[in-house]
Amino acid sequence: MKILQALLGWIDDRFPLTATWKQHLSEYYAPKNFNFWYFFGSLALLVLVLQIVTGIFLTMHYKPDASLNAAGVSVAFASVEYIMRDVDWGWLIRYLHSTGASMFFVVVYLHMYRGLIYGSYRKPRELIWIFGCFIYVALMAEAFMGYLLPWGQMSFWGAQVIVNLFAAIPYIGDGLSTWIRGDFVISDATLNRFFSFHVIAVPLVLLGLVVMHLVALHEVGSNNPDGIEIKKKKDPNTGIPLDGIPFHPYYTVKDIFGVCVFLMVFSVILFFTPEMGGYFLEGNNFVPADPFKTPPHIAPLWYFTAFYSILRAVPPMFGSQFPGVIAMGMAIVVMFLLPWLDRSPVKSIRYRGAIYKWALALFVIAFFVLSYLGTQSVSELKNWLARIFSVIYFAFFIFMPWYTRIDKTKPEPERVTA
Amino acid sequence: MSNNEVNRTRRNLLIATSVVGGAGVATAAWPFIASMTPSAKAKGLGAPVDVDISKLEPGAKLTVAWQGKPVWIISRTTEMLDRLIKHDDRLTDPKSESSIQPEYCKNPYRSIKHEFMVAVGICTHLGCSPSDKLKPESDNETGPNWDGGFYCPCHGSRFDLATRVFNGSPAPTNLVIPPHKYLSATLIRIGDDSKGA
Repeated sequence: MKILQALLGWIDDRFPLTATWKQHLSEYYAPKNFNFWYFFGSLALLVLVLQIVTGIFLTMHYKPDASLNAAGVSVAFASVEYIMRDVDWGWLIRYLHSTGASMFFVVVYLHMYRGLIYGSYRKPRELIWIFGCFIYVALMAEAFMGYLLPWGQMSFWGAQVIVNLFAAIPYIGDGLSTWIRGDFVISDATLNRFFSFHVIAVPLVLLGLVVMHLVALHEVGSNNPDGIEIKKKKDPNTGIPLDGIPFHPYYTVKDIFGVCVFLMVFSVILFFTPEMGGYFLEGNNFVPADPFKTPPHIAPLWYFTAFYSILRAVPPMFGSQFPGVIAMGMAIVVMFLLPWLDRSPVKSIRYRGAIYKWALALFVIAFFVLSYLGTQSVSELKNWLARIFSVIYFAFFIFMPWYTRIDKTKPEPERVTA
Repeated sequence: MSNNEVNRTRRNLLIATSVVGGAGVATAAWPFIASMTPSAKAKGLGAPVDVDISKLEPGAKLTVAWQGKPVWIISRTTEMLDRLIKHDDRLTDPKSESSIQPEYCKNPYRSIKHEFMVAVGICTHLGCSPSDKLKPESDNETGPNWDGGFYCPCHGSRFDLATRVFNGSPAPTNLVIPPHKYLSATLIRIGDDSKGA
């Protein structure tokens, strides 16, 4: 024991180990009233680690090569099948990675919803929210480029459609999309660079953003379901917030419980329905990429379909589909502006009035309906539904400065409630 | 020299250093950005393709690869051609004024010899390859009064047998017609329309 104490002292003289532990865990005081919604931040971190670890092992066997092997199948597609069939436990690692991708979005969407209902994006947490939005964008890029790698039909045609979105930009579009592909069509060059971005560039950016997200969080302190600042009421002797408890051990124990429940759900999906009926892995992606034949029904994976619906809902204008692309981009950009759109005197939904609750409910319904429509093929009726719900999606943000100000709020409590 | 005063010489040197450094970074970034453009090998793959159409049956379609893209050759029957001139009012660009095609294909049938249609089978919306709906049979995808043509499964664009886009489709223009010429009655060269030889 004494030797360990001495070793710790030796390290602390050279590296702030104990200080860092205290600052971020044992003496990071989080509000004592965290509830169910506060599981998803730590779960997102868990899934990130899972994706990195499984990704490292997949990279040992995967080959980013679109050329055909002796059997006439592309090397990339064959290497994924090789992982599934011939590599010991390869099926498990691959399904962990593919299920992990979808579960990452489940956890992140719930985490974002938590921020929405408790006003976690409000002053002084604007930068936490913005870093979070960047994480979400990086995650979408990561998922999109990862989906090209198996070089199946959905990989190929999904990438074809998304890269062509850039071609819709006036004047520079053609050159830009060619530059992204590295060829005039989706090809081996595209596959190789997406592999490079997927395994090196984007994960590095993601890790950096996660560090910034957490540093900003620990600088201002966590929000809570009451949306009040616990730092306003401190113990005069210790300077510790009266409603704060140390993250470790209180919330590490809580989060371990959350991890256990999450892993049970995860395991059920992983072992019984890893493709989730085509929602986590699409059937058409088990067919090798064919550049001459688009599958009869193509849709992105479920976590992109809301934005895909918005893209499809906007008709071409002035002989260009650029307006649809702009609308889809704006659907994400508008999230960044949330801290400045919300003018309510209170943060948490607990003290907001009826108008905000209705607005939020409509927004959530719009997101679900758009997500559903994006998985479906187009029809006249579905197109009109997509248009109506796209308008509702944007109205939630555009009218927010107005309806949050006139909404009748309840007084916030002085201290957090149970 | 007082501490509060700005040393002009030092500040100017600082600005000059930053500008030179910034220019250096921008210059050094160029090779990396340029390395992502199509390689010399990729650029070389645009060679013309010769297609034998002697075995193409009337009313059928043939797909060949040119520049990595599907190119369709559709053998159109007289009935197919007759139906083409009846629905101009339902088309976005019936005269192909804002669409891409060689000058010699800028006619209602969008072809050199009207019984053969040559087009790049890539939707002008977001690049999917539309599916065949060659027969004049309406279904859920084609909508009513279908005269035969193509339906894009990705976003529901509809085209007629001259690959002209119907109103209400997300695709803004008709499909692209590649430069091509007839080497003989049964041989088409795609990607080259130079005169002679």
